[in-house]
Amino acid sequence: MHPAPSVIFFTVFSGLGFGFLTWLGVGIPAPQGWAAFPYFFVAFAMAVGGLIASTFHLGNPKNALKAFSQWRTSWLSREAWMAVLTLSAMGIFAAANIFLNISMPPLGIIGAIMALITVYTTSMMYAQLKTVPRWNHWTTSLLFILLALGGGAILAADSLGTILFIGLAALAQIYVWDAGDKRFAKRGHSIETATGLGDMGKVRMYEAPHSGTNYLLTEMVYVIARKHAIKLRIIAFILAYIAPMLLAIISGRGFDLYILALIVHIVGILAQRWLFFAEAEHVVGLYYDKR
Amino acid sequence: MHSLSMKQFMVTGINDMTQLPQTTDKKLGLVIDLDTCVGCQACVISCKGWNTENYGAPLSDMDAYGANPSGTFLNRVHSFEVQPDTGGCAQTVHFPKSCLHCEDAPCVTVCPTGASYKRGEDGIVLVDEDACIGCGLCAWSCPYGARELDQAAGVMKKCTLCIDRIYNENLPEVDRVPSCVRTCPAGARHFGDFADPDSDVSKLVAERGGMDLMPEQGTKPVNKYLPPRPKDTLQEVDASAPILNPVAETPKGFLGWLDKALEAL
Ligand code: SF4
Ligand code: SF4
Ligand code: SF4
Repeated sequence: MHPAPSVIFFTVFSGLGFGFLTWLGVGIPAPQGWAAFPYFFVAFAMAVGGLIASTFHLGNPKNALKAFSQWRTSWLSREAWMAVLTLSAMGIFAAANIFLNISMPPLGIIGAIMALITVYTTSMMYAQLKTVPRWNHWTTSLLFILLALGGGAILAADSLGTILFIGLAALAQIYVWDAGDKRFAKRGHSIETATGLGDMGKVRMYEAPHSGTNYLLTEMVYVIARKHAIKLRIIAFILAYIAPMLLAIISGRGFDLYILALIVHIVGILAQRWLFFAEAEHVVGLYYDKR
Repeated sequence: MHSLSMKQFMVTGINDMTQLPQTTDKKLGLVIDLDTCVGCQACVISCKGWNTENYGAPLSDMDAYGANPSGTFLNRVHSFEVQPDTGGCAQTVHFPKSCLHCEDAPCVTVCPTGASYKRGEDGIVLVDEDACIGCGLCAWSCPYGARELDQAAGVMKKCTLCIDRIYNENLPEVDRVPSCVRTCPAGARHFGDFADPDSDVSKLVAERGGMDLMPEQGTKPVNKYLPPRPKDTLQEVDASAPILNPVAETPKGFLGWLDKALEAL
């Protein structure tokens, strides 16, 4: 799948933003009054910024409001609803906190749960796709949620949360990469099942339907630059998981190191998300004899 | 004028939107005969020709006269080569591919706007371009590459089963079939109702073992593909022998008498 910057930014920053909102919702940390402003500002900026980035992926954004209509079947529609509802709930929570100095823990907890559900709906846009076996598994959602919690913990400068959730995310990541590498073959998709010609013998493409490229190839059959995948996985793993955990262990409550941890984590997760798309093979590639 | 009543054709399915109909009254679709298709690409051109000037946004081309041309098509013909497991010559199979109007169409349920829908009355899967946001999720969910986001209009394009031909009373009856079916010079594309077991398409599927593409995706395609017939095999004999053998060793009848008479001279 094409690793478009818009979807990479969308998933990375909305994940971090909603992850941070989760922590703020449960009161870790629990700043009061105007001191709370920068915390909520960062969380909302990331969540909203990510959502805005996602609209750059739309071919016809003028109809964007219609995306709220199909929540019965569509994960994208559910994501739109959950994002707006979560931002509203947490907006009230934040405003009461900042301007009125009123703390509303029940609303915060509801908002925190909603933030995690929002991240889940984002993950399901990918995890629901049978056409992309690497994504089509519940561990895709698990990793998105653990990363939101882990990234949120770094933003919350919470050492225990960082170590716990980034650690769990690292374990999930190892499984996701390993099982993901095998899933396409395991599902039994092949050029033979795609064409139905397997009974006759071994199938290969003889001539493509078009000499140039097309939307299908540029969007779904992304084969360039995958050769650096292993190197990039190692870099992503060190930056996104190992380094933030070490920095969290060292710093305890030293705020400076959390900024460093956040920077390396974001760089690592950007690389991880690039791989998430670039390594994902869509079954339509079988009709072109490439994956 | 043919697209005059397009809205009227399309409006019925929209109520259910992206919830798939439990069943459809008809199951309109295509049978594609992989034995007969010669890979001439006529259906590709006629599909583009009809659909670029009728329903919805035109099917745009990008950099059409430049170094890297690309464009939107609703139907494309791939060509494969099959090497038999038993050895022998490889067989070329031309393979037209357009939307299969799946019964369990994942492209419909993923759509956030209701732009993608499957009609309850005939099972045709359509896009309402006025509602589409061009998110591309439906194209991602289609295993067959049957949907292309038009790069000029920014909306999703797909095979409409030529809905503006098949019900179009402004056209002569012979033309009330999809453009690709009408055009195919080899008769490799057939249009009909799969819900009717006595229809031509249902009979073809039954007789020739019509198959689903990528059945493991669970999409239950309506369109069926007829597998190529096995290739003729030649007997292992000296093909020239019967031609070169003398017709008769010794002449008989008049020629025999003449032969003998001349010999005697
Ligand atoms: S072939 Fe693709 S676009 Fe057509 S109905 Fe099936 S899944 Fe949808
Ligand atoms: S591209 Fe259009 S038709 Fe396809 S899922 Fe998005 S809104 Fe629906
Ligand atoms: S039925 Fe019409 S839209 Fe569909 S492939 Fe044939 S010509 Fe194209």
